[in-house]
Amino acid sequence: MSAAVQGSDRSSGRTGAEGYNFAYLDEGTKRMIRRALLKAVAVPGHQVPFGSREMPLPYGWGTGGIQVTAAVIGPEDVLKVIDQGADDTTNAVSIRRFFARVAPGLRTTERTADATVIQTRHRIPETPLREGQVMVYQVPQPEPLYKLEPRRAETRRLHALADYGLMQVKLYEDIARNGRVGSSYDHPVMVGGRYLMSPSPIPSFDNPKMHRSPALQLFGAGRERRLYAVPPYTEVRSLDFDDHPFEPLRARARCALCGADDTYLDEMVTDDRGGRVFVCSDTDYCGERQGGERQGGERQGGERQGGERQGSGAA
Amino acid sequence: MYVAVKGGEAAIGHAHAWLAEERRGDPAVAEIGTDQIAEQMTLAVDRVMAEGSLYDPGLASLAIKQSRGDLIEAIFLLRAYRTTLPRFGASLPVETGAMRVRRRVSATYKDLPGGQVLGPTFDYTHRLLDFALAAEGGVPPAAAQAEPGDDSACPAVTGLLAAEGLMAAEEASDAEPGDLTRTPLAFPAGRALRLQNLARADEGFLLSMAYSTQRGYGGNHPFVGELRQGEVVVEIEPPELGFAIGIGEVTLTECQMVNQFHGSRAEPPQFTRGYGLVLGRTERRAMSMALVDRALRAAELGEEVVAPAQDEEFVLSHSDNVEATGFLEHLKLPHYVDFQSELESVRAMRAAAARDALREAAE
Repeated sequence: MSAAVQGSDRSSGRTGAEGYNFAYLDEGTKRMIRRALLKAVAVPGHQVPFGSREMPLPYGWGTGGIQVTAAVIGPEDVLKVIDQGADDTTNAVSIRRFFARVAPGLRTTERTADATVIQTRHRIPETPLREGQVMVYQVPQPEPLYKLEPRRAETRRLHALADYGLMQVKLYEDIARNGRVGSSYDHPVMVGGRYLMSPSPIPSFDNPKMHRSPALQLFGAGRERRLYAVPPYTEVRSLDFDDHPFEPLRARARCALCGADDTYLDEMVTDDRGGRVFVCSDTDYCGERQGGERQGGERQGGERQGGERQGSGAA
Repeated sequence: MYVAVKGGEAAIGHAHAWLAEERRGDPAVAEIGTDQIAEQMTLAVDRVMAEGSLYDPGLASLAIKQSRGDLIEAIFLLRAYRTTLPRFGASLPVETGAMRVRRRVSATYKDLPGGQVLGPTFDYTHRLLDFALAAEGGVPPAAAQAEPGDDSACPAVTGLLAAEGLMAAEEASDAEPGDLTRTPLAFPAGRALRLQNLARADEGFLLSMAYSTQRGYGGNHPFVGELRQGEVVVEIEPPELGFAIGIGEVTLTECQMVNQFHGSRAEPPQFTRGYGLVLGRTERRAMSMALVDRALRAAELGEEVVAPAQDEEFVLSHSDNVEATGFLEHLKLPHYVDFQSELESVRAMRAAAARDALREAAE
């Protein structure tokens, strides 16, 4: 696997925050997660159950992604964390600080190109990924069929039989009713022509970036206790019909900051009279395009912890 | 030109400082000690230990203090601490029959071996605010103590029924039970894991599920065969010793519900058991657990599964309040990327609809 995965072996015995192992999880737990990840890589798109641990961040905040990152990261890695495409959203800041605190030696960055591990919620960076990089997706609901069949005992059977008629019918009904597919994010994909997979709630605009990506893509769902993976250069096809091909969506506008017309844009409401501007959701990409006089390149670990305490050594 | 909002990092720092201030409250008022919480907020501590799956009144008290009394938050803190603890081994099954009983009531027999022991209960108090507590409080006079009877042994009521052949036998198993904190649940989960899940399920959820069975959604005619509360010894058997040693005591509440069962072709009519066992003096939760356990046995006993409380996957998947609160509250996290997609999608659909309407009008 990647250098990042080997790195964590070298981390054995290093301690993080007082009383905690490097990257928080104990080595036994990391081994368990890495085994599950190997299985996930071997069967692309297949959901692998794993013994998800309770983390000091809440379910829904990215506990699955955090566990995957903790399992694959080593002190030589460079970590980037984004939420909604941005490095400075509060949850991205919080997760980056968590790793800076519990993984001494780890460097963090906001530059996509410099990162070896990128943990993300809801976006794939605009800068193309390269070989050796690991994308870690936070996944709220790994089961792509759950809205159509809530029983996981049943959806497991459907996956085993590759019976995805339910989803095809749903997409068909969307088109019949609304003229287009209703899912604008978390649009299901077929991986390697075999497994239907949730790409996590990324906008459908990002779906094509998964297809034959040179990076290793890992997905972690903590509350639902599932991992899955898309190995490099794997076929990832967004579900569609021949006469209604998949169509990624973006606002038809230019970024007000960097002028890009091919990126995913956030809409900012500027007043109460309908005024709005669009800016790149990927803050790193946008900053690069604006000419790089921005802060936040690489940082050493151990960012300051403004008044935060997390009960280390509470016994 | 528009400048995007920055400063997540500074905002978090300030928010944490403000939170710490709010937690402490008016500094002119004495700070609450964790020893005070452990001694005087015992039922809150018990709930946090039960749902936090960690028997440590000191840590539970700290969690309650740190969480400003938000018990789900305290449970979360305790769970997050628990998950980092190494495991040295598993205890032997505790013997609730040997419990040092401080409360033991049966609703099915007026008197029974071991007797009825009311114990420290709210049951027959009048719920009138005691304004004296607000003023001074002080130390209440000591309660009278009875001499222990000759036959202080307390056999389980369900055992008495079983001796008569009226209680359906449970399937005995020496298999090591699974651990749902280490292995993800798969369905059907089986009774051992089900009980494990219910023992740390959210009390409100358990109560409502149990209550729904009483109101006809999967009813099962329950009687409290027995409810007992007290201390039991926890023993481990280190392989190098070869015999059991006691490592401490825990307070437990056990509830055995007796439910009617009409019998089947294979079995004569008899009673069936719903079982509840929880850490601490959390009686409401032990009773709820016993009702839900019995409801979840519907399929096993050949009853029709029609109500939510009888549906194993539904109950077990939604019983954990740390999972539930996390996923619910995560809706506060930014979702503007997804919302932007929805906006574009709705606009596209509206545009298409407007075009269609125009075309129809033209025709």
